Amino acid sequence: MSTIEGQDGAWEMVIGLETHAQVASKAKLFSSASAAFGGAPNDHVAFLDAGMPGMLPVINQRCVEAAVLSGFGMNSTINLKSIFDRKNYFYPDLPLGYQISQFSDPIVSGGWLDIELEGGETKRIGVTRLHLEQDAGKSIHDQDPYRTLVDLNRAGVGLMEIVSEPDIGSAEEAAAYVTKLRAILRYLGVCDGNMEEGSLRCDVNLSMRRPGDELGTRCEIKNVNSIRFIREAIEFEARRQVEVLEDGGAIVQETRLFDPDRGETRSMRSKEESHDYRYFPDPDLPPLVLEQSYVDELRAGMPELPDAKKTRFVTELGLTSYDADVLTADRDNALYFEAAADGRDAKTVANWVTGEVFGRLNKNDVSINTAPVPAAELGALVDMIKSGKISGRQAKEAFEAMWAEGKPAQTVVDELGLSQISDDSAIEALVDQVMQANMDKVEEYRGGKPKLIGFFVGQVMKASKGQANPASVNAMLKAKLDG
Amino acid sequence: MSALSDLLRLDIASARKGLADKQFTARELTEAYLAAADDARALNGFITETPDQALADADAADARLLAGNATAMTGMPIAQKDLFCTEGIRTTAASKILGDFTPPYESTVSGKLKADGAVLLGKANLDEFAMGSANITSAFGPVTNPWTPEGAAAPLTPGGSSGGSAALVAAGAAIAATGTDTGGSIRQPAALCGVVGLKPTYGRCSRWGVVAFASSLDQPGPITRSVRDAAIMLGSMAGHDPKDSTSASAAPVDFEAALAGGVKSMRVGVPREYRADGMPAEIDALWQEGIEMAKAAGAEIVDVSLPMTKMALPAYYIVALAEASSNLARYDGVRYCAREDGNDLTEMYSNTRGTGFGEEVRRRILIGTYVLSAGYYDAYYKQAQKVRTLIANDFNAAFNDVDVLLTPTTPSAAFAAGDVDDPVAMYMNDIFTVPASMAGLPGMSVPAGLSAEGLPLGLQIIGKPFDEASVLQMGQAIEDAAGFDKTPRLLAGAKS
Amino acid sequence: MSLDRDTVADIARLARINVADGELDSLAGELSQILNWVEQLNSVDTKGVEPLVGVGTAMAPLRQDVVNDGGQADAVVSNAPDAVGPYFGVPKVIE
Repeated sequence: MSTIEGQDGAWEMVIGLETHAQVASKAKLFSSASAAFGGAPNDHVAFLDAGMPGMLPVINQRCVEAAVLSGFGMNSTINLKSIFDRKNYFYPDLPLGYQISQFSDPIVSGGWLDIELEGGETKRIGVTRLHLEQDAGKSIHDQDPYRTLVDLNRAGVGLMEIVSEPDIGSAEEAAAYVTKLRAILRYLGVCDGNMEEGSLRCDVNLSMRRPGDELGTRCEIKNVNSIRFIREAIEFEARRQVEVLEDGGAIVQETRLFDPDRGETRSMRSKEESHDYRYFPDPDLPPLVLEQSYVDELRAGMPELPDAKKTRFVTELGLTSYDADVLTADRDNALYFEAAADGRDAKTVANWVTGEVFGRLNKNDVSINTAPVPAAELGALVDMIKSGKISGRQAKEAFEAMWAEGKPAQTVVDELGLSQISDDSAIEALVDQVMQANMDKVEEYRGGKPKLIGFFVGQVMKASKGQANPASVNAMLKAKLDG
Repeated sequence: MSALSDLLRLDIASARKGLADKQFTARELTEAYLAAADDARALNGFITETPDQALADADAADARLLAGNATAMTGMPIAQKDLFCTEGIRTTAASKILGDFTPPYESTVSGKLKADGAVLLGKANLDEFAMGSANITSAFGPVTNPWTPEGAAAPLTPGGSSGGSAALVAAGAAIAATGTDTGGSIRQPAALCGVVGLKPTYGRCSRWGVVAFASSLDQPGPITRSVRDAAIMLGSMAGHDPKDSTSASAAPVDFEAALAGGVKSMRVGVPREYRADGMPAEIDALWQEGIEMAKAAGAEIVDVSLPMTKMALPAYYIVALAEASSNLARYDGVRYCAREDGNDLTEMYSNTRGTGFGEEVRRRILIGTYVLSAGYYDAYYKQAQKVRTLIANDFNAAFNDVDVLLTPTTPSAAFAAGDVDDPVAMYMNDIFTVPASMAGLPGMSVPAGLSAEGLPLGLQIIGKPFDEASVLQMGQAIEDAAGFDKTPRLLAGAKS
Repeated sequence: MSLDRDTVADIARLARINVADGELDSLAGELSQILNWVEQLNSVDTKGVEPLVGVGTAMAPLRQDVVNDGGQADAVVSNAPDAVGPYFGVPKVIE
């Protein structure tokens, strides 16, 4: 656990995260209205989602599957019997007057995930539980001068709440935890991980203590929706708490909000009223009972997760640990790499993907799935280098054009007239031609100026319009000049 | 008795025959009921009357009868308890808070009856949100029991919460009606009005589209003039509904056909704990008569013990009120409801709910809120649910030995509203009906005799889960033996 | 358990039910009466007894992940006391 220095000694951060991950399902957790982001106001709303009298919930199987798969992804225990409870409170975005959640008997308990820290170290973070619950609707405060407007499109969308143990000791670890969790959920296809749209968001519980001391009083920072904000919120809040404590003050247990514009957290007074949620089992929903065989089936169908993939990339494909990390951080990136590298030299392809491809993705802010150069075409390009058909330099030129125009490798190479002369006799002819035209330089070379080899290579390449294989040219020239 | 009022005395089984034999049309039958609407109005049995809908339904029924695709319910003029959401027709739950709520959807059960060709006369009065045992908590005024004697100081209550339904069926103002039963809300008013009321096994009829009181207890069922009618109507109402997670996937049963089974050598349990606590002599006497009737019909009487009986009522009130406090949270003045403004959101909520809910509903929500609140959950709610497990165990043990149980339905005949003035005394009305509700069992009240004042009394038959067939068979035996053919003083169409 | 007027006021606040000051005492009396009556349950020995969750042996059915509901904003707001276009309006909430 890393520490931060106060005015009079070190402080330790104790952080636990509650992550809300929206299930990537078509319909809502308990109704068959669309769970898609957006939509015209109150368009994705079944009568249940509007809390109409007599409407009843029925569980979406996809959400149950997502919870089970996530549980496996986090090395957790799947509880074959779990219970949906009602969490009762009043708010306009909560149409039933209660949120259907899981309180005493969640579908998933325990578990852990390993996070990667700077310097290649890993740290194991405990997972307390995962449960399913409904999202709330949206209150819009700035569209009408006198009223708050309510849109229930989000109300009832399935969320997985994933609670970590307070094992996280720094902003970096928190960021690494969320990054890893997001990767696992995306690998499993159970959450799109889109933090801008709120598909993944975190509540940060943070307290400070002197090393070795008991746990201090914590504050909860609600709804932090990007990894950068998580870092900033933690750093600000830790410093704030240390200042309070070193001034002899006490931390008030409260809910706080992170303001990204100011980079600070502030107390949410409106949430300060003491809550008594009166949890009790939802009588509209019998216990959720899963067959062991069903759970086993789900486990058998699990895709390879980032840790396993990374290990395989290192041990079987011979990639460096760094490259394997970069390539497996995101499922779609990893799948792209695997498709491109299939049957080819993995290291070469890894260089292309981490260099050319990722560089352009970042620059153009596009995702791998919409990259103008599909994996198969990158593979085709690498094949052309391997066969000597084009040079590495030509390949980069071709890739540039493929990215810009979205054309297949072969088409671009043809259009640009790129081809490498590897044929020895053709190269020999060019070498002879250049040597004859520059007999004076041949003499100088042979008289003891070996650096002139560069001049000859340049001339031959020029004569070949850049299409000669530079390695062959070099070898041929050496043989002739030295011979 | 005129031909018109003759039509009003038919039960479903006889009306079905009359329609099939073309003695009268569905339209004539419906018109007879509409013509008697003034008499029904005197009882305040309806909250909303739907005469236009009724005539349209009747014409559709006649077309179906002509086409030969009628069902047993086709052309039957019924009332729907105003707890069933009816598409395009105001649904109030007898509460001010719902205002002019007009559901854009139809409850599964009312939809099934509609699909089978039943004619909708209107929405029957009830206790507000089905909370009451006397139909006096309705925001639309109390319902008068048609058995109220001439010159009575105050009208008698029909019982509750399905008081409007029972009164209308008894008075000849609807051939049958739907009810819902949470702790006795079908059986108790049926007993007090001298009609048949059947609460099916929890899960037999869908709760989808029925305004909820206590989700783990609420169950729709029929209120009818005969046991056969109850079997016929239940056949239309019952069935698995994928929209209700608590709906049972039990195979469909031809309940009417099951009636032929009879009760010979059926084992009938008589729970001794029901006799405790000073049961009035006339109730005890009625019970003895019922036991003799069962014996005479060939059944075997077995003494059984249900030790937890006494605890059922307090446990019921904790569970029901806790669930109600949560179920009624949605009436907040945001998406529907008669809103009462306030200076801020919290005030708007409190004003809307403080004004919109009646006294008994407010009292029940407050208790339900309290028993679920931090620090009290284990002592109240959890303890009550544990006791509920013990109650269910009692029944399971008894049903190892017997096929049905026979008990009185209520501890007394109909009473006047003012006679019971404290809440706990009022809750005692459900003392015999609540245990079966807690265990989710089917129960039926069958009129079996009259009290000293000439008021109807009912016997209750309780069955195993999903064994409504045995309940109906025993009910038929009691009905046959009792030969209950008395009619109330206030009878629709009697003057015409 | 005997409830005092302050407790009743707290419960009423939690339940969002406006109770007039003058009603608190009588309500406290009524609620106490009911609570005293239900407290006879404490005399039942329930050691080792599981609370009943779900009547009978039912377990929750699961439905397929199919969208076939929604697209009815008009009907959804048709009963709203303060519909603002397709939205529900409520008194302004200050966060």
